Amino acid sequence: MGKVVVVTSGKGGVGKTTSTAALGAALAQTGKRVALVDFDVGLRNLDLIMGAERRVVFDLVNVTQGVAKLSQALIRDKRVDTLFLLPASQTRDKDALTEEGVAEVIGALREKFDYVFCDSPAGIERGAQLAMRHADEAVIVTNPEVSSVRDSDRIIGLLDSRTLKAERGETVNKHVLVTRFDAARAARGEMLSINDVLEILSTPLLGIIPENQGVLRASNVGSPVTLSEPTNAAARAYLDAAKRLEGEDLPVVLPFHRQGLFDRLFGRRAA
Amino acid sequence: MTLFDLFKRRGSAPVARERLQVLLAYERKNRGQPDLVAILREEIMAVIAKHVQVGHDDVQIAMERGDTMSTLEIDVHIPNGGLIAA
Repeated sequence: MGKVVVVTSGKGGVGKTTSTAALGAALAQTGKRVALVDFDVGLRNLDLIMGAERRVVFDLVNVTQGVAKLSQALIRDKRVDTLFLLPASQTRDKDALTEEGVAEVIGALREKFDYVFCDSPAGIERGAQLAMRHADEAVIVTNPEVSSVRDSDRIIGLLDSRTLKAERGETVNKHVLVTRFDAARAARGEMLSINDVLEILSTPLLGIIPENQGVLRASNVGSPVTLSEPTNAAARAYLDAAKRLEGEDLPVVLPFHRQGLFDRLFGRRAA
Repeated sequence: MTLFDLFKRRGSAPVARERLQVLLAYERKNRGQPDLVAILREEIMAVIAKHVQVGHDDVQIAMERGDTMSTLEIDVHIPNGGLIAA
């Protein structure tokens, strides 16, 4: 039985889809069978980030409605053959996904895959709640910024109340993934520090993804950053986060911050 | 701002941290609770409407949350001649 991991955040634009692609690809590369499911009905984007936008025939809603079989709708990645994508539908009907339909698809995916990643839509409404419904684990993507941290707190509240696990009296295993972290700005006191974020959310850390130009390059070319630029700092941080998701006890190190003479002399006072 | 403050200045992150801590403490406590301001507004409106002819827009209710105390401000605009004899 595979593990279901929801990648969620509340706030939009913090890196859920990027993180889903990067973590999923990293695990698939180690031979794990991984399915990435896009729950963002109406605004699908995971296909684009994965470079599979021209191969979409059927989608999640088609499968839940019995129009297509799961095996027909799953798109196999051209780079890693244990990596699959189930795209979101572009229908504007936000009620196209049903609770029962999702339960059936996730149940079937669990049988076939080691990891089922559910890429959540932004917000805290129905779509986001359906994406987290069956989760065993949750990756809460957070930027070191006040509105993102606040929304993550709301999402943590939902994970503790609206998931099947919560309703059964169990807990979803939650992890915070801090993205777009700028070590230099945090050191100067211009950005919430990792400790600030963790202390406020009181949730363990899965990894710190530094702000990095490679992430945009990867999305430009339609490849998870862990595949296209595996030696890049952000990719390495994702690869480590994937290992932690596997249960490996890997210490988190703060992203490297090259401190010049100017920084050392004036860094603390600059605002 | 004194000269001393200029040297003490440590960036905006501590402010962000403190604002979040205060806000989230409040939001966590009230999660799943009905919206107090909305309830007060409805009930206060009902009481006022018993005695005064006012529209919804004539009553402004504002809440200011403080660390140890909060204030609820009710601003009722009563049109002249709007009083209803009880």
